[in-house]
Amino acid sequence: MTALTRPVRRDEDDARPRPVPWRRMAGVTWRQHRIALAGVAVLLGALAVWLWSIGTSLHHAYAAAVACQPASSAACGNLVNNFNRSATDHAMGSKGPGGVLLQLLPALIGAFAGAPVLARELETGTFRYAWTQGFGRWRWALAKLILLAVVLAAATAAFGALVSWYYQPEFATGHQALGLFQDSPLVTLFSLREVTFPAWTLTAFTIGALAGMLIRRVVPAIVATLAGYAGLAFAAGSFLREHYLAPLVTTSINFNLPGASTAWTISQWSTKGGRFAFAGGFPPMSLVNQFCSSVSPGKAGPADPFAQCLAQHGYTQWTSYQPASRFWPFQWIEGGWLLVLSALLVAATIWLVRRRAA
Amino acid sequence: MNVVEASGLGKRYGRTWALRECTLEIPAGRVAALVGPNGAGKSTLLNLAVGLTAPSAGAVTVLGGRRAGSPAALDGIAFVAQDTPLYKNLTVADMIYITRSLNRRFDQPYARARLDELGIPPKRKAGKLSGGQQAQLALTLALARRPRLLVLDEPVAMLDPVARHDFMATVLAAASADGVSVLLSSHVLTELERVASYLVLLSRGQVRLAGDVAGLLATRGQASLEELAMACLRETMPEVTR
Repeated sequence: MTALTRPVRRDEDDARPRPVPWRRMAGVTWRQHRIALAGVAVLLGALAVWLWSIGTSLHHAYAAAVACQPASSAACGNLVNNFNRSATDHAMGSKGPGGVLLQLLPALIGAFAGAPVLARELETGTFRYAWTQGFGRWRWALAKLILLAVVLAAATAAFGALVSWYYQPEFATGHQALGLFQDSPLVTLFSLREVTFPAWTLTAFTIGALAGMLIRRVVPAIVATLAGYAGLAFAAGSFLREHYLAPLVTTSINFNLPGASTAWTISQWSTKGGRFAFAGGFPPMSLVNQFCSSVSPGKAGPADPFAQCLAQHGYTQWTSYQPASRFWPFQWIEGGWLLVLSALLVAATIWLVRRRAA
Repeated sequence: MNVVEASGLGKRYGRTWALRECTLEIPAGRVAALVGPNGAGKSTLLNLAVGLTAPSAGAVTVLGGRRAGSPAALDGIAFVAQDTPLYKNLTVADMIYITRSLNRRFDQPYARARLDELGIPPKRKAGKLSGGQQAQLALTLALARRPRLLVLDEPVAMLDPVARHDFMATVLAAASADGVSVLLSSHVLTELERVASYLVLLSRGQVRLAGDVAGLLATRGQASLEELAMACLRETMPEVTR
């Protein structure tokens, strides 16, 4: 029988022991969560390689279309069409499935990394081990959550930068005349960029941690996280984001045809003689029949043909919009409130860890 | 010094009291046995003592007046919970690393030597060990923290007789050779006969009997701890006789 190699020490500071150093949690967290972290690395790594390879061809198509001379030649038109096809029809294009799938990334990463942190301990009973060690249970929970949050934020910020690089040609301005496809950076994948991707991932992660603490089971906690995240993301995209800054208003009818501008149109309406006429970008059929029956919708030109036609009859078209130049303020505003929300969720989780009865 | 002191301690879950009006002083340097039928409140009392649960009434202090669950209390107490929870997907070496990292003191040479003696390979995952080996691993990790009080909740309930014997031998060695105070709960009375020098008998959430085993046996005129416990339980729970 092996006895303890040293006698039990009666430290003078036994009654007030020095806390176990925070840094020790790095190795502990790594050993416990390396599989989850490796899963995130593999997922993001594989997507990054794919995004990089298709992004390279998109960038080449864009460069070829912009550099082509003379711009009006048929060959140049082909190059423009080639880029527009890549930008819209490709898996990652605005109409492809890739963009939608990427939207799920913060939710999936956050839920699968965040929900088990506490739920697994509570489900398997290992919290009785972890919370009775000298480190102390709230410090243990806080250190784990912060370490994992920082690692996830760094990984997703890097991926967000790659997404930004991929979409750069579509968000570029200055080549409208060529008829190149354009998209608003405030709309397309706004939540997957340098600031917002890590911020949304952190939010999902901290929702997961809190849900795990409340529900105490891994799978239901993951489901609850995905549901909570979906509701929050929908609310942010549909109701909150457009109000981050007061929108600008223009009466230009040459403004914002679909796919030909990088601004984000919030709403459109028309007036005649200073009085409200109709809402929306498209006039009611009665007006079209009355004034513009000879106008064909045609293909998107430099201006909306109906708006042009109605302008001749005294109508003024108003458009409220967020200019693309507000991309960074919007990134920081969204990142800021998500970070505050994440901090509150962590605080609530730690409070529960402290007071929870076994 | 008392390793556990409770006064008017109570814990309520919803409307039922798992533990009521518990007043206790368990002296240091003993192997104290917490005995009682299932649902008597043994686990509740232990969870309160190690600070996993907050009391609904009264107070509990450990190791001479430290608040249960405080940093000083956690530093001096090692707890092996019921069914010895371990991270099943981590290796034995990882469990040692984690326990060492989470505590101010950790006797790594002891842990290594003890596991070696038990034939538990460090590379094996904790979940792949036998029930007896898992219990021994949990106990080794607890003892390597060189605690002043070792708290064990139903440590041998799931073990076969051989593993049970080995486990208790390790506990006794630590208690006698290293002066570790032990508080363990069990409903397997025969197993406690050899080891316990202090007895706390619980039933229906209340302390029925507490004191030095030798003293209790003498005053009550019983030959063994088992008889003593059974006699006392019959007094408080008439249905046991039927």
